[in-house]
Amino acid sequence: MSSILIPVALVSAIGFVLAVVLTIASKIFFVPVDETVAKLRAELPGANCGACGFAGCDDYANALGADPSVGTGKCPVGGAALAEALAAVLGVEADSSEPQVAVVMCNGNNDAAKTLMEYQGLKTCKAAKQLFGGLSACPYGCMGLGDCAVACPYGAIQICNGVAVVNRELCVGCGICAKQCPNSVIRIAPAKNKVVVQCNSKDKGAVARKNCSNACIGCGKCAKVCKFEAITVENNLAFIDPEKCKNCGLCAKECPTNAILNMRAKRKPAAPAEAPTPAAEAPKAE
Amino acid sequence: MGLASILLGVILVNNYVLAQFLGICPFLGVSKKLDSAVGMGVAVIFVMVLATAATWPIQQVLNNFGIGYLQTIVFILVIAALVQFVEMALKKFIPSLHKALGVYLPLITTNCAVLGVCISNIDEGYNYIQSLVNSTGAGIGFLLAMVLFSGMRSKLEGNTSIPACFQGVPITLVTAAFLSLGFMGFSGLV
Repeated sequence: MSSILIPVALVSAIGFVLAVVLTIASKIFFVPVDETVAKLRAELPGANCGACGFAGCDDYANALGADPSVGTGKCPVGGAALAEALAAVLGVEADSSEPQVAVVMCNGNNDAAKTLMEYQGLKTCKAAKQLFGGLSACPYGCMGLGDCAVACPYGAIQICNGVAVVNRELCVGCGICAKQCPNSVIRIAPAKNKVVVQCNSKDKGAVARKNCSNACIGCGKCAKVCKFEAITVENNLAFIDPEKCKNCGLCAKECPTNAILNMRAKRKPAAPAEAPTPAAEAPKAE
Repeated sequence: MGLASILLGVILVNNYVLAQFLGICPFLGVSKKLDSAVGMGVAVIFVMVLATAATWPIQQVLNNFGIGYLQTIVFILVIAALVQFVEMALKKFIPSLHKALGVYLPLITTNCAVLGVCISNIDEGYNYIQSLVNSTGAGIGFLLAMVLFSGMRSKLEGNTSIPACFQGVPITLVTAAFLSLGFMGFSGLV
């Protein structure tokens, strides 16, 4: 009997002593958590998405508490309201946090883009990409298998007609979707820009057009028509500088392939007589 | 056995990572950057010496009761509690060191190399001083392996001549194998 009692008693005793020692130590060595940091942490959303550039909300709160010059506007989830709340805790001026959203740079839906194959493999973009570089003829575009939609913690992405579509009302611009996309079709851009190039193809015009009727062919008409010199064409692909763009929408009208989307313009058949309120832009965001 | 030969032997000949294959997880996981590799290595030296200092006397107690077979479970218990205690103490008294060791300190609580060195001290029949020297050497050997490997990995980073199928983990494992093979050249030194 004692052959089992002694070991049990000994291990229990060691465990008990260690527990007591650790409990006492945690009282003696207690380091008071900075009150400001605790308050900051309470304000932060706690999504731990890392979009602020720190390893989670705790880390951001610590960094802010240690040095307010880090900036209160780093959190895209909380946006401007959070920046002000954080600034109020710290007693500093809020820095403007520009709301950001994800932009899908592809409109190669099932009607426009050619597919290479009848893909029956694993329904993820990453798997499809392994097979001859993807199932669509255009190697740069959205494959529409929805890795981004699955990854989005806010449910802001849907696959509509074979292309990822971002709901701008739900999107917070955290950038998780952009990391998932094997073709890097998704870009994080300021939400104020309502005119976007919906193409990612760096192929020459003729090739791009052959693969997808909505492709940017790099003709440069948009760059010529832009009054603010906001558009540059590089690698057969138009790029709108978000800083310079004034959302006038001239380029969208000029584009021969409708590769540029103007979200402010009323959609011809889709959105009939709605007033141009912000809500009217939201339903078909991309 | 002299202390110097114990030290040299455990650093080069019986290197815990490269010859005994203990502590492979942090060896592969934390060796991407040189500074974090050094941080981890220093933390391992620190914990190995402390753990040996605590577990060697406890083994004598266990032996007295004739229950030496409880070694493993008691050692794990003691090492985990010890590291926890040290972390709290460091946080209070030497915050700078606590910050430098960072996440690695709690991480190595459950590292098999730490437990391994404590057990092998007993198995080899070392006395207290020899055990401490052996643990220090094991930690230094770990640091050495980490630093060497992080240097090799920095050359792999962004290297375009690696075939696509070998990029990432495969080439890292192959490299680790070569480093281990290289260390076999030290066998028979001590």
